[in-house]
Amino acid sequence: MTTATTTRQTVGTPMTRVDGLDKVTGAATYAYEFPTPDVGYVWPVQATIARGRVTEVDGAPALARPGVLAVLDSGNAPRLNTEAQAGPDLFVLQSPEVAYHGQIVAAVVATSLEAAREGAAAVRVSYEQEPHDVVLRFDDERAQVAETVTDGSPGFVEHGDAEGALAAAPVRTEAMYTTPVEHTSPMEPHATIAAWDEDRLTLYNADQGPFMSSQLLAAVFGLDQGAVEVVAEYIGGGFGSKGIPRSPAVLAALAAKHLGRPVKIALTRQQMFQLIPYRAPTIQRIRLGAERDGRLTAIDHEVVQQRSAMAEFADQTGSSTRVMYAAPNIRTTVKTAPLDVLTPAWFRAPGHTPGMFALESAMDELATELEIDPVELRIRNDTGVDPDSGKPFSSRGLVACLREGAARFDWALRDPKPGIRREGRWLVGTGVASAHHPDYVFPSSATARAEADGTFTVRVGAVDIGTGGRTALTQLAADALGIPVERLRLEIGRASLGPAPFAGGSLGTASWGWAVDKACRALLAELDTYGGAVPDGGLEVRADTTEDVELRASFSRHSFGAHFAQVRVDTDTGEIRVDRMLGVFAAGRIVNPKTARSQFVGAMTMGLSMALLEIGEVDPVFGDFANHDFAGYHVAANADVPKLEALWLDEQDDNPNPVRGKGIGELGIVGAAAAVTNAFHHATGQRVRDLPIRVERSREALRAARAEAQKRGPGAAEQGKPVG
Amino acid sequence: MKEFAYARAGDAAEAAALMAERPDATYLGGGTNLVDLMKLGVAGPGLLVDVSRLPYDRIEHRDDGSVLIGATVRNGDLAGDPGVRERFPLLAQALLAGASGQLRTVATVGGNLLQRTRCVYFQDVSKPCNKREPGSGCPAIGGAHRDLAVLGTSDHCVASHPSDMAVALVALDAVAHLRSVDGTTRTVPVAELYRLPGDTPHRETVLGHGDLVTAVELPPPPGGAAMRYRKVRDRWSYAFALVSVAASVAVADDGTLADVRIALGGVAPRPWRARIAEERMRGGRPDEETLREAARAELEQARPLPDNAFKVDLATDLIVAVIRDLVARKDRA
Repeated sequence: MTTATTTRQTVGTPMTRVDGLDKVTGAATYAYEFPTPDVGYVWPVQATIARGRVTEVDGAPALARPGVLAVLDSGNAPRLNTEAQAGPDLFVLQSPEVAYHGQIVAAVVATSLEAAREGAAAVRVSYEQEPHDVVLRFDDERAQVAETVTDGSPGFVEHGDAEGALAAAPVRTEAMYTTPVEHTSPMEPHATIAAWDEDRLTLYNADQGPFMSSQLLAAVFGLDQGAVEVVAEYIGGGFGSKGIPRSPAVLAALAAKHLGRPVKIALTRQQMFQLIPYRAPTIQRIRLGAERDGRLTAIDHEVVQQRSAMAEFADQTGSSTRVMYAAPNIRTTVKTAPLDVLTPAWFRAPGHTPGMFALESAMDELATELEIDPVELRIRNDTGVDPDSGKPFSSRGLVACLREGAARFDWALRDPKPGIRREGRWLVGTGVASAHHPDYVFPSSATARAEADGTFTVRVGAVDIGTGGRTALTQLAADALGIPVERLRLEIGRASLGPAPFAGGSLGTASWGWAVDKACRALLAELDTYGGAVPDGGLEVRADTTEDVELRASFSRHSFGAHFAQVRVDTDTGEIRVDRMLGVFAAGRIVNPKTARSQFVGAMTMGLSMALLEIGEVDPVFGDFANHDFAGYHVAANADVPKLEALWLDEQDDNPNPVRGKGIGELGIVGAAAAVTNAFHHATGQRVRDLPIRVERSREALRAARAEAQKRGPGAAEQGKPVG
Repeated sequence: MKEFAYARAGDAAEAAALMAERPDATYLGGGTNLVDLMKLGVAGPGLLVDVSRLPYDRIEHRDDGSVLIGATVRNGDLAGDPGVRERFPLLAQALLAGASGQLRTVATVGGNLLQRTRCVYFQDVSKPCNKREPGSGCPAIGGAHRDLAVLGTSDHCVASHPSDMAVALVALDAVAHLRSVDGTTRTVPVAELYRLPGDTPHRETVLGHGDLVTAVELPPPPGGAAMRYRKVRDRWSYAFALVSVAASVAVADDGTLADVRIALGGVAPRPWRARIAEERMRGGRPDEETLREAARAELEQARPLPDNAFKVDLATDLIVAVIRDLVARKDRA
């Protein structure tokens, strides 16, 4: 313990992760690792059809194997409260209906993992199969406008008259864009230990929101609120997939209840692709209308994405388009088509990520059409008020980010002409795109306690999914208390620590931090009444920010940024290399520059990966994903990630929240893919509107570029030749 | 639990005896592919005969310029061997283009040659596959086949061989040394080690039960040759080849191609020696037109499917690019 008498502020300094040593030495305990005596192991039996019903589960061959304790199916599994407000994907083994390939249709519990796995392989399941449809189509007649999308707004929003304005616009662009299924792929696969104590359930769970998960599970199991403890001390990444408990967690709790002993489950990587939700694929049409000076007069953004036949889920794919640019006529439509698939769910910056790929590609197309610099085009369309709500922004740093990024990226030296920069066998180009994410804050509670030994304990139902949240909260609490971090003990990662939102929507640090700050300051005030001396038994204060959040002034709250990328394309093969990426962000105060940089750089890498690599290959015949491991589903490897820089601007935000920061986790991915694909266009002169740009699409583009050059005649054959 | 026996052989004779006893026995090298397949339920040997510690772990550079590479030499060690790097750079390049550092440290030369296709249907026991279950059908032909073969395929199987190393070995005319269970030895050119699928895609090599790869022999490199292994894949490391080219070129004083050897990876059920292209190039001038015409002639035999048709043109372009660059000595080691 330090004896320093002066305490320096830690917020804003690059404090090394407080849990880094525990993680790299293995001392940090992840969900699967909690010692549990007499634990059973459950292994799911998964549907090999995509639609129909189970007619028979023959568990006898499994039960005959050594170590097998039970075979569960929809006939003998404990009943859930299927009236609960929860996605039907969670009502595991409650009916023989099969709604998607890979669905849990039975499960084997055994005394060892191996016995459970072998037992599951021995279970014989018979089906009555029905035809399935797993392919998303723009013209799917079943597609309906979503009543609400995941941010709570309607699927259809129109301001002005987009159709009329488009018809009257001097300049118009129209194009279709597609994004594929993307899998969240956290390093730690989903894992759960479930243990019952009469009507109380404890779940050690790979979980982004222990408190909210405990409420959801209480409802699903028909228990009293507060009867479920969820422990999520360390999480190896979630990216939305651990935002709520998924079907394997429910299965573990069902199996534990059935057997009357604790049960654990950990998914294989292959099962992650089959049982854990993914980012819905999208087909998007964007039409822009503009004056010749580049000012937008109309934006029409129409999205068709998939839901499951079981349940609605509609990413907020049109929501960025509603606030980005100052067009008087904006229409956004998000439709969902019901398919025989696992219901999709959140994946880093849900909706905004695919939506901004389309919008920022379209802006680049408009810039090309108008021969206006794409940075300048975005600046010309900046807006002081939110075009959707009409409210002023609490702060909006888009233009500042674009300008700062352009200066640092030597954008002024850029020749706007596409397809002309050649270095050896490579064509080289640069691209830009805007970044955006809403700035959410949810109410939270926290407890601060002064201990008799001069230390302090702060408790908040937060969770650190690998982002650095534990470190940021440590800094915020220590600063609020005016103590060095060594005198602070921070406890997070349990539902029983009190109401708190999940680590999702980039709202964690701002939401939990506000409650932590409030509790700490209230504790100091309370201590003052004791003359600064800690009474016997310590002193504890609880704070809740529900009212504070409600009483915030009415602003439109968002964070913004700008991505710049340089790519090169091999003219022999179509291979694409990203040379460098720069992201500049305005997200209020940055609590910890070190962990913030990791967040931004990580998100930008995911954007690069989305642009060039990631695709869940839908198998129409079997109804599943043909590629379901990391040999077939490619995420960026180190060798793919170039010189990658992230920086942020000082931003004062009109916000009563003492954290004074906006969310940063998701901002870094939004727009990143478009910066890469816009750079590809600048390099080759050809636009690829379907992600990812793998080598076959790149080669198609190069072929089209050569064909165009030939059509222009011998004089135009300069295309692709060295310049300067 | 699915049980299997494990035995570590002290020498080749012991390994052979173990194999002879059990028709369900399989040799285990580094295990980087076989163990995965066992986990997936694709392979289920009753006995693993671990040959990874047999005394075949040396790389012998002989006076005549040939090299004898023991079958248990690890991929990483082979890639790092100074003599190999200097005289057979395309082999070192191919090895380093494969897998990851961790896998290369474990994987053996013998095991690399005998690794199985990464076809997603072969690896998924809930799906039909003629290679895994003869006669059950090939869903890849109408399904996910983007990564699979365009040359040497049949109506029964379009699987591609995943090795990088084997492609380099085939270009270098390497010969595999084999030892049978009865102790007799024989040699087979690596190019002839593999069968094409035909209507028996489950029979992948010419090896009989218990045949053990003990070494791979490289003949002396062609004089004055420049060599290169170039691999096109979805990302810049740790991905299988979409198309790869291993090539060795020697240019005569008059500028014609005196010696040219080309093998293709990622496009066929085996490392594909492009003899037609070589034939057309040999003795000719290495101008773009000649190279392209030769490469096209090789790929004329291709039977592309909708999602892997791009490999035909890509292989053609890659052959041209690699030979062109080698002639310009840009890639000379």
